[in-house]
Amino acid sequence: MQVFIQKESFDVGAHYDLLVRAFPGAAVVTFTGYVREFCDQGDVVGLELEHYPAMTERRLQALGDEAATRFALNTWRIVHRYGRLDVTDPIVWAGVVADHRGAAFDGCQFIMDTLKTDVPFWKREHLANGTVQWVEPRDDDSLRRRRWR
Amino acid sequence: MITIRFFASVREAVGTTVLTLEEPFTGSSVDDLKSQLVSRYGEVWQEALYQPNLVHAVNQVVVDADSPVHDGDEVAFFPPMTGG
Repeated sequence: MQVFIQKESFDVGAHYDLLVRAFPGAAVVTFTGYVREFCDQGDVVGLELEHYPAMTERRLQALGDEAATRFALNTWRIVHRYGRLDVTDPIVWAGVVADHRGAAFDGCQFIMDTLKTDVPFWKREHLANGTVQWVEPRDDDSLRRRRWR
Repeated sequence: MITIRFFASVREAVGTTVLTLEEPFTGSSVDDLKSQLVSRYGEVWQEALYQPNLVHAVNQVVVDADSPVHDGDEVAFFPPMTGG
């Protein structure tokens, strides 16, 4: 049940192994998000992630705890990066363990859908044509978030 | 004293990361604080702090604009979040 907020990249496999080792024989679901190479406006060459440190930490911890209670998770881990990232870098990773697959799928999806809209991170894309732009929230993200209310 | 933080496009619009109001806060809500800031800093702040999707947080919790603000609180203004 741990949150990692960091500038540096991370080893998805190492986080996965720690989850599995804590509850051998349980159901494990994980999600990894990477920096896309394109957006609606063109090719992306890099990403900056700004955050609100005191609130990010609190919100991610509360989110994991809420998921654990709601879906009876055995444990969970969330990793989120900030700062300057290159395309194809991992940005975010969430992993959950439950007794059965239904709760594990739901718990992981709940964490990701809520994290997108409720945790204070802001992305800024650097495009190949030199444009630098803040990423706008997508309608689909708020729809997905609403399903869990 | 109230500490006010700005993030992302709102931070860029007002040209400030953090601001401290040293004098005791005489208003009672986030809205009062916004009008106080706008009357002090002008039109650019009006535009930034009254944009339709602005998010307000008091002590790191997202709240409505009519929520109370007390002396010693940390208030933050930012655009919708885009993590993940």
